[in-house]
Amino acid sequence: MSQPFTLPGSYKKWTYALLGLGAVAIIYGLISFHPFSHPHGEDVSSTRFWAVMLQNSVFWLLVVNASMFFICATTLAMGGWQVALRRVPEAISSVVPILGVIAFAILMFLVWGDRHDIYHWVDKEAVKHDKILTGKSAFLNPVFFTVWTSITIFLWWFLGRKMRAMSLKTDQDGPMDYETGKKWVFKNTVWGSLFIVFFALTVASTIPWLWLMSIDAHWYSTMYSWYTFASSFVSGMSLVALFIIFLKNRGQLEYVTDEHLHDIGKFMFAFSVFWTYLWFSQYMLIWYSNQPEETTYFIQRLGTAEKAGPYKGIFFFNIIINFLCPLLILMKRGAKRNWGLVTFMAVLIIFGHWIDFYQMVMPGTLHEKGQLMPFEFGVALFFIGLIMWGTGRYLEKNSLLAKNHPFLKESMIHHT
Amino acid sequence: MAGGIKKFVVACFDDEKVLFPAVKNVRKAGYKIHDVYTPFPVHGLDHAMGLRETSIHTAGFIYAITGTTTALSFISWVFTNDWPLNIGGKPHFALPAWIPITFELTVLFSAVGMVLTFCYLCNLAPFVKKHVFHPRATDDLFVMAIECTDKTDDAEVQNFLQQAGATEIKVESAETGWWIGRYDREQKLYRD
Repeated sequence: MSQPFTLPGSYKKWTYALLGLGAVAIIYGLISFHPFSHPHGEDVSSTRFWAVMLQNSVFWLLVVNASMFFICATTLAMGGWQVALRRVPEAISSVVPILGVIAFAILMFLVWGDRHDIYHWVDKEAVKHDKILTGKSAFLNPVFFTVWTSITIFLWWFLGRKMRAMSLKTDQDGPMDYETGKKWVFKNTVWGSLFIVFFALTVASTIPWLWLMSIDAHWYSTMYSWYTFASSFVSGMSLVALFIIFLKNRGQLEYVTDEHLHDIGKFMFAFSVFWTYLWFSQYMLIWYSNQPEETTYFIQRLGTAEKAGPYKGIFFFNIIINFLCPLLILMKRGAKRNWGLVTFMAVLIIFGHWIDFYQMVMPGTLHEKGQLMPFEFGVALFFIGLIMWGTGRYLEKNSLLAKNHPFLKESMIHHT
Repeated sequence: MAGGIKKFVVACFDDEKVLFPAVKNVRKAGYKIHDVYTPFPVHGLDHAMGLRETSIHTAGFIYAITGTTTALSFISWVFTNDWPLNIGGKPHFALPAWIPITFELTVLFSAVGMVLTFCYLCNLAPFVKKHVFHPRATDDLFVMAIECTDKTDDAEVQNFLQQAGATEIKVESAETGWWIGRYDREQKLYRD
């Protein structure tokens, strides 16, 4: 159909610039924060290093993994509209193994390196004298954490790779007739549903408990996993939108029109509202029942009526950019079809949920000493660079159009 | 509030593929399409007919804002001013507790408001019967009604529609206006 897409030089320049800046930040952190020593007294810089690494690796891993969720969910729903742009989320999800290995290494270091400044529950002495943590120890223990984390990252990679491989294979196999197409769709649906089921067992339940909620080991919330999922999915859709707009600007993705962008915009809008719904449900129930073991989570962030907490500003800023802005700006039909505005909102949403993860990780680890300095942003840039690198590699290597997908026609005539 | 009796040329089509070019040609020829009745929603027909984008969502937004304002102002007036109660030691101005009700009223106002607006725009109300141009419009035919003025030569219009591929053409008179065509008075048209 079209000759293979080559990334423009500016894309590569930006990728390497971001990777370079990020590497500088990480090296700076490695040298001046002494990350391999334990924090003593007032000096919490080693905790800061690992907290930032945890926040970024988990956040960006969940964001890229969300695009495979998008593919599988639309596959299961027999959706056809996304086929014209399907290679974009595929490309993004091809970064899962890279970020997965990084996140795995960081998590393993935290758990086996005895970092109880991050995960209080790895401190065996403390758990022994703590009734709540002893009660949770069947779940919150290093062995289970390791086993489940490795299975999770492996299966995300494996099932995702299977979905990508099936899609790429259609490029070689040539056009399908009705019967082959039917078989292919069925097979695709089976693998997609396996991914969805496993996704529900991980992102929508256990993984946020283990990786993030266990920072506040005594506290728990039944909303937490959904909340994390909503955060990562809405940022994942925003990332897909950004790549689509980038490719469209380079004259690629000929069948992607305003209609497709409109639907992506709807996802960004709807899941921003869904995120708020979960945010509020979590907050209101705790505020209403007002039990000390539950309110401690919000006191660490918001503070009390007498004394404002250190994260109060970020806490409300979070609501403004993740709820009010998408709600008011993306509500209009014209806004979701405006490529410039969608670009702006996508960047804002990704940034907003990065901040959201920041306020999920920092108060429990650094308490009032959390910072938002060039180091924090630098590490984020490193991960963005990695995503750009991996996604770009996939986009260059493979055709941008799944041209033999049985539902392609449906996508070409898509109309909202 | 009837707007008088008007004459319509009614043409039936049995295929979307014929209907779309016909709509285009009829508009190009300068005839006024009163409406096209279809058994199911046809994508893109509104664009082909040159109908403007609906603004019902703007109305919905305004109703929603009204709902939000009503809920928040009423609850806050009741709980801080009119009848302050101590509920579980919470402050009188307890915003989080009001959000669910505010949300409900927002949705209620916007939903009910939009339904009523929709009915108004479509001239629908209890006991008002719409004039049916062709009974098969709800079954398997696409029915186009062209409004005739005093200067319209209906024979010419019929001829034109025949060329455009209509399977059945007839001329009907129907009452127009705000409550267009009350079915129960169909037999007693003023002009007959």
